[in-house]
Amino acid sequence: MSEDEALKTFRRDIADWIEQHYPSELRQTPGADGSDPQQTKTSEQNWLQIMAEQGLLAPTWPKEYGGAGFSVDQARVLAQEQRRAKVRAIPISAGLSLLGPVLLEHGTPEQKQQHLPGIANGAVFWCQGYSEPGSGSDLASLSTRAELVGDDFIVNGQKIWTSHADDADWMFCLVRTDPNASKHEGISFLLIDMATPGISVSPIRLISGPSAFCQTFFDDVRVGKANLMGQLGQGWTLAKQLLQHERQALGSIGRGDARRALTLPELAALEIGTNAQGHIADVTIRNEVAQCELDSLALRTTMSRSADQARAGQNSAHIASMLKLYGSELTNRRHELMMSIRGTDGVGWDGPGYSPAAMRTTRQWLRAKGNSIEGGTNEIQRNVIAKRVLGLPD
Amino acid sequence: MPLVLSEEQTLLKNSAREFVKATFPVDQVRQFRDSQPGDQDKALRYSRDHWQKMAELGWAGIIFPEQYGGLGLGYAELGVVLEELGHSLAAQPFLSAVLLAGNTILLGGNEAQKQAWLPAICAGEKILALAFQETGRFSPWQVSTKAESVSNGFSISGEKRFVLDGFGADQLIVLARTSGSIGDDHGLTLFLVAPETPGLTVTSLQVLDSRNAAIIEFDNMVVSADQVISEVGKASEVLTMVFDRATAGLNAELLGTLSEAFARTLEYLKTREQFGALIGTFQALKHRAADMFCEQEHAISMTMQALRAIDNNQPDASLLISAAKARTSDAANLIGRESIQMFGGIGMTDEEDIGLYMKRARVAEMTLGDSNYHRERFAQLSGF
Repeated sequence: MSEDEALKTFRRDIADWIEQHYPSELRQTPGADGSDPQQTKTSEQNWLQIMAEQGLLAPTWPKEYGGAGFSVDQARVLAQEQRRAKVRAIPISAGLSLLGPVLLEHGTPEQKQQHLPGIANGAVFWCQGYSEPGSGSDLASLSTRAELVGDDFIVNGQKIWTSHADDADWMFCLVRTDPNASKHEGISFLLIDMATPGISVSPIRLISGPSAFCQTFFDDVRVGKANLMGQLGQGWTLAKQLLQHERQALGSIGRGDARRALTLPELAALEIGTNAQGHIADVTIRNEVAQCELDSLALRTTMSRSADQARAGQNSAHIASMLKLYGSELTNRRHELMMSIRGTDGVGWDGPGYSPAAMRTTRQWLRAKGNSIEGGTNEIQRNVIAKRVLGLPD
Repeated sequence: MPLVLSEEQTLLKNSAREFVKATFPVDQVRQFRDSQPGDQDKALRYSRDHWQKMAELGWAGIIFPEQYGGLGLGYAELGVVLEELGHSLAAQPFLSAVLLAGNTILLGGNEAQKQAWLPAICAGEKILALAFQETGRFSPWQVSTKAESVSNGFSISGEKRFVLDGFGADQLIVLARTSGSIGDDHGLTLFLVAPETPGLTVTSLQVLDSRNAAIIEFDNMVVSADQVISEVGKASEVLTMVFDRATAGLNAELLGTLSEAFARTLEYLKTREQFGALIGTFQALKHRAADMFCEQEHAISMTMQALRAIDNNQPDASLLISAAKARTSDAANLIGRESIQMFGGIGMTDEEDIGLYMKRARVAEMTLGDSNYHRERFAQLSGF
């Protein structure tokens, strides 16, 4: 069988498998008014479980660590078939998308054995401990201290923007192990069990309302030496690698929007109406919708080109900063346009008088403001592109 | 087809780059512009010798079938060559003779017309020009040039503007209205016309980018029925395909031009000192350079995708071509404006090349429809 044919058979098998296993209750419009959010959440969890049993949450990981052992091409086919079947995107743990790839590469055999299967089957939930109140864009200035005393690190300090820290089982965390070394070299990468005494967590309320973000406090927290990932002082290098994954994940937000139940042109046609030719009746809005749709297409095309480059063995790593920068700004523009389209019907916060869908997108508009801040502000991304890609001097 | 160059395409790119660098110094733009009376090449504003050489390398015939003397390759390959030409602002009759006129004959002509003209185009022996445009903003069905039936064929009267390489062309293809009213896409007919036909006048234009364009007037010019390309009244069906293909090709050239302008601007940021520092260290400029980079990357992706959509016969090719032209034109416009600003005073002088890049880019942007035109078309084809 040729490679193409093998992939075709694989595609058919995957499509059949999704058809058989994807829960019917998830096939209706996401968040359709009237659906029970609790029921939806349970269905989503069941679906994740079914995927996890086949190793499909981490398709390219080796089977011994709970992955499916797929090739890059097979993983692409899986993603395509999920899109084709309109399988809904469910937020997955930072362990899977961010920590896992770095752990696979740099973890000790014991660390991989201990952590990867739990990440791959979704049983163990991870959060990321990077930012601190005093260290936002200047992440490397972080001051959470980890002092090696005997076989344990004693951790003291405070982390902010730790998503889902209140639900997380473990945190991967940047700490300062050598206050006398240079800013970047004094940092190490620790894996911390959230059940350890001395850790406390409080959720953060955002301009968009309740959020997944938390503050996490460390008060003489003892972390075993075996939980150091990589070498002492190597934390910044690992963190940078991991940030690349995060930028890719955040940059893809714009793409996710393109698959929403109601597209931007549909929303505009519904709210504003259409003329005799079927065009959005307001020409100015129609032009802006066209610009957003064009830019989404451009972003998707550049993403698939960068995948093609990677497959052809060309370096496309530099594209991550660009995708994050462009993707987050596009998401913001789309949300600004949705606000314009709805007008004062889009200013509802809660209670009667406003449609749940409108209130949801209004909160998304507010939440999207964070997309160009988190994971390194867009100003930082521009600095990274200028230095690493364009070679402009410091 | 993946959005990366194949091995063969990379080889083609390298040989095109070498040839273009050796043959087309940017300063040629000034030489063609400051033409002397009596110098044929300078009046033409491109070199037929160079065109002959490109034809010998097979490049004039890249997209034409082998039976007509072409290479039988695709737009992905043609795009590679055009992009390299764009880097050097090389004026060659690709858009006029290959993409517009050549495609009109390939897609609309009968077998005798194809045999008569395509091998000569591929061999670089004949230059053909398509005289279709009557408005400033691209609006190809706004045709008032009339072709009225007379006993021995048609009598054509009217005026065509911005006919690319219309001056010095060996043959013209003229779009005229045989029925309907201005703006209708039906009732339009194409005619093959020799430039020496009585009643035809060519006036050469001096254009921003120093290239060859002409106004062509027809005063009761008589043509016979066998000079019709395709069917009477059906020209728009052929031309819609021709304009799509020509736009995708022009887009590849424009991509080369904007990429070169950006590369030269980056180089300037790395060498120009002010206040005791390289100006590339200033964050106000770095961030704008990063934005220009994003736009350039999208222009590359969209251009490659559009060229491949033609080669794949994709049903959404028109949409992808318009999307590419809109995005690439906007990128070229941004980089054109920013490059002059970043070069500062020297960028305003005729001595510095960067201004030549902006001028060519601005003309290419508006040729066959600017970003507003193609954004509108993208919206229509998307169904909103």
